[in-house]
Amino acid sequence: MNQIIKIEIDGQVCMGQKGQYLVDVARENGIYIPTLCNIIGMKPRGACRLCTVRVNGKLMTSCTTPISNGMQVETKSEELDNLRNGIIELMFAEGNHFCPACEKSGNCELQALAYRFRISVPRFPFQFPQRDIEAGHPLLIKDHNRCILCKRCIRAIKDESGKSIFAFTKRGPKVGISIDTTLSAKMDKTLAQKAVEICPVGAILPRAQAFRSPIGTRKYDKTPIGEEESSKKDPVAL
Amino acid sequence: MNNTKIESIVGRYNGDATRLMDILIDIQDEMGCIPDDSIQQLSRILDISKVDIEQTLTFYHFLSKTPRGKFTIYLNNSAVANMFGRKEVAQAFEDAAGCKFGEVTSDGLIGLFNTSCIGMNDQEPAAIINNAVFTRLTPFRAKEIIRDLRKGKSIPELFVAGYGDGNNSSDLIHAVVNNHIMKKGAVLAENYELGISTHRAMEMSPEAVIEEVKKSNIRGRGGAGFPTGLKWEFCRKSPGEKHFVFCNADEGEPGTFKDRVILTEKPDMIFEGMTIGAYAIGAEEGILYLRYEYKYLQDFLEKHLEDLRQKNLLGKNILGNPDFNFDIRIQFGAGAYVCGEESALLESAEGKRGEPRDRPPFPVEKGYLQQPTIVNNVETFCSVVKVIQNGGDWYRTLGTKESSGTKLLSVSGDCRFPGVYEVEWGFSVNDILDMVGTDKDQVQAVQVGGPSGSCIAPNEFSRILCFTDLATGGSLIIIGKHRNLLRDIALNFTDFFIEESCGSCTPCRALTPILRNKLVKIIEGKGVMSDLRDLENWSKIMKTNRCGLGQTAVNPILSSLKNFRDLYTSKIQQDVAYDQGFRMDEAVAEACQATYRGFNY
Ligand SMILES: Cc1cc2nc3c(=O)[nH]c(=O)nc-3n(C[C@H](O)[C@H](O)[C@H](O)COP(=O)(O)O)c2cc1C
Ligand code: SF4
Ligand code: SF4
Repeated sequence: MNQIIKIEIDGQVCMGQKGQYLVDVARENGIYIPTLCNIIGMKPRGACRLCTVRVNGKLMTSCTTPISNGMQVETKSEELDNLRNGIIELMFAEGNHFCPACEKSGNCELQALAYRFRISVPRFPFQFPQRDIEAGHPLLIKDHNRCILCKRCIRAIKDESGKSIFAFTKRGPKVGISIDTTLSAKMDKTLAQKAVEICPVGAILPRAQAFRSPIGTRKYDKTPIGEEESSKKDPVAL
Repeated sequence: MNNTKIESIVGRYNGDATRLMDILIDIQDEMGCIPDDSIQQLSRILDISKVDIEQTLTFYHFLSKTPRGKFTIYLNNSAVANMFGRKEVAQAFEDAAGCKFGEVTSDGLIGLFNTSCIGMNDQEPAAIINNAVFTRLTPFRAKEIIRDLRKGKSIPELFVAGYGDGNNSSDLIHAVVNNHIMKKGAVLAENYELGISTHRAMEMSPEAVIEEVKKSNIRGRGGAGFPTGLKWEFCRKSPGEKHFVFCNADEGEPGTFKDRVILTEKPDMIFEGMTIGAYAIGAEEGILYLRYEYKYLQDFLEKHLEDLRQKNLLGKNILGNPDFNFDIRIQFGAGAYVCGEESALLESAEGKRGEPRDRPPFPVEKGYLQQPTIVNNVETFCSVVKVIQNGGDWYRTLGTKESSGTKLLSVSGDCRFPGVYEVEWGFSVNDILDMVGTDKDQVQAVQVGGPSGSCIAPNEFSRILCFTDLATGGSLIIIGKHRNLLRDIALNFTDFFIEESCGSCTPCRALTPILRNKLVKIIEGKGVMSDLRDLENWSKIMKTNRCGLGQTAVNPILSSLKNFRDLYTSKIQQDVAYDQGFRMDEAVAEACQATYRGFNY
C-alpha cells in the first residue's frame, strides 16, 4: 500500500512515503529543518513560517507540504538562512523575552534556535508590547509576554469531549491567546502538564514549582536544538 | 439577554455551529452587540467552548462584545476617502456627536468607528450607518446627520436628496449610492437575457461546458487570474460527497467597487453563472459570500433568488432537468478583507476565523466542509454566462491573445469621471487616463490593482492592462501631483494591511508594523540611508507569509520606493549615518510642561 517516493534535499537523495510531510521526511533522513509551531504527529498549521524552504524553486513551509515524486528541495542557502534568522529575530522583537529571568531558559525552543543559529541581537527594534500575565488559574501561569502565537496549545490541548481550551482572539498584531475559563477550570494535572510541555517557550508555566532543572541538566545545555535529528552534525552549531 | 431570543436565532440555523457567522451577525443586528452572557448561552446551545465563539467574534470588524451605539457610524478611512476630505468630515462627526472615533456617546445613541474601504471609492467620503450607505459626505452633512439622529429621525428620513441611479433607487435597495457606469462591455451590456445561457449549458454535457469555458481562455477576475475552465475541471474530477459553488463577493481590495455595481445591476447574471458552474462541476449548493458592507443589497438579492426559483432557474429539476437541482444562499462576512482570500472565505463560511488555509489541499480538492469547491469572483461568473451564450471562440475575439475578454475597472482618485469602465484587455494606462478625464501632466502616479498591486510612475503609463504585463483585479487609483504619496498613499495602505492581517504568520503579523514605523520615521524626516536598505532587505522575509495578503503587504512601500525613490531620498538626512528616530525632548515634552521644567540633555 505505502508508496515510497524519492526526493532530493540539498542534493541528497531521500526516501519517504506518499502523503508524508516534507519536514518529517527530512527528519527521518537525518536532515534537520528547524520548526517551532509544528507538533510531530499532528496536523500541521504553518503558522510560524520558520521551516520555509525552496521546493522546486518556490518558497514553501516544509511542515505543510506533502512530498511528491522527484521533488527538489533546498533547505540551506544564504537567502534561506537570512529568512529563517529573520523570523526567529522577529519573534524576539515582537514579544518581551527576558531569557535570564525566564524559567523556561535552557529548555526553550526559541532560545535554543537563537543559539543554534548564532543570533545575538535581532536586526529589528524591540517592540516592547504591553502584555499581561494571567495567574488566576490553579495549575498554570500564562505569560503572554513570551507567547510566540504558534498555536501549539490551541491544537494539542482539548478537553475530553474535544473542545478547545485555548484559542486565538482578535487579529493582526493584536492577536493573543485566550483561555476558556470554564473548561480550563476543569483541567487535571496531566493535561495542565501537557500544556506546559507543548508550549515551546515560557508562555505556559506550571504553578507552585519553578526552576526545577539546574543549569547544566536542561534540555539544550549540552546539545543544540535539532542535534538529535541531524545525522551529519552541523559544525557551525557545535 | 433573554434566553429564548438566542435560542430562536440559533434555531434559524438548526443549531449548526458551522453557521456561527450568521448566528453572531443576527445577534449583533438584533441586540446591538454580543455580550458575555450570550456567548455563554451560545456555548451551551451549540456545545462548543466559549473561546471558540470568541475567536470568531473578535476576528471580525463589525462584531462587538460591547454596544456600538443605537446608530453606529462606520466612516471609511481608505486613501481615496482621505483625498476627498475625510479628515474634516471625521472632525465634524466628532464635534457634533461629542465623542471620538472608537467611542460611543455617553447616552449610547451614536457610535463613531473607522472602517476599511467600503467599496464606494468613486463617491467618497462615505460611511455606513446601521447598514445604510451615505456617500459624498461633507462636514455640513455630517453635522446634519447627527442633528437629525438626535431629533429622533430614522435612517430613511436622513436621506435628503433621493436615491442613486439604476437599481439603487428600486424599492428593495433605496440607497444613495451611484453606479457610475461609464463604459459597457460584454458583462454590463444591455443585451443580457436571463436563462439563455442556462438553457444552452443544459443542452451540453457538463464536460462540454467546461471545454467551452476552457476554450474561451477566461481567467479569474478576482485578481489571481487562474484559468477558470481548469479550476472547474479539477473540481469536477475531485471525489467528494458533495460539490460546492462559491461566488466571492467580498470585494475588499481598497479602490475596487465593480462587483458592487454588478450585484446592483446584474444579480441574475451572477446567479446564472453560478448555476452554470454548478452544472459543470456537479454541485447542488451554491453560496454567495457577500461582504457585510453590502448588506443594504440583501433584500434585493434575496428577491432575485426567489424570482429565479419561481422561474425554475433555481431549485429542484432546473428547467425540467430531472438530474439537476441547485440553490443559492447568501452568506455574509462581517468585516475582514482577508476573507476575500478563497480559503479564508471558506473558513469564514464555516463559522470560523477567516484565516487562510495551508495549501495543498486546494479548495477544488477540499473546500467548503472539506468537499470539492470552486470559488470564483462575481465578474468571472458573469463573463462565463457570456461565454456560454456566444461561445468560447467569440469570447476570444475580445481582448488580447493571452488575455481574452473584458475587464471591469474601478477607477477613482484624481480624475473627472470616476466609476466603472468595462474595457477589453489591452488598453494602456495612458488610454485609461484619457478615458477617465485627467490632465496627464498633473498625474503623479497610478495605483494599479489596489494596495496589493503596484504604484506606477508616468514612465510606465504605456504599460498594458493584461495578464502578461499589468495584471489587475480592476482597481485603478489616480494620484495627482499635489498628493503626498508617502503619507497619504503608502502609509495609509500599509496601515490597511496591518489592520486586516489575520495574524497567523509571524512576518505578516510582526514585521509589517516594524516596516510601517520605519516609513513613518522617514516621512518625519528622521530617516537615514540605511533605513532604505533595511526596508528593502527586511521586506524579503514577507515572501514567507502564507497568503497573498502577507506576501503583498509591503508592496505599498516597496513599489513606491522603487518607482519614486526621489521622494524617499529627499526626506533622508544626507549627512547623518545613524538616527534611532527617537527624540527624548519630544517624548518628555508633556511631562516637562506639566511640571514647568525644561528639558536638558
Ligand atoms: C488577501 C486577499 C483578498 C482577496 N480578495 C478577493 C476578493 O475580494 N474578491 C475576489 O474575487 N477575490 C479575492 N481574492 C482572490 C481569491 O483568493 C481567489 O483567487 C478568487 O476569488 C478566485 O476567483 P477567480 O478565479 O474567479 O478570480 C483575494 C485574495 C487575497 C490573497
Ligand atoms: S502559549 Fe505557548 S503554545 Fe500557546 S501559542 Fe503561545 S507560545 Fe505557542
Ligand atoms: S499572510 Fe497574513 S493574512 Fe495571510 S495567512 Fe499569514 S498572517 Fe494571515
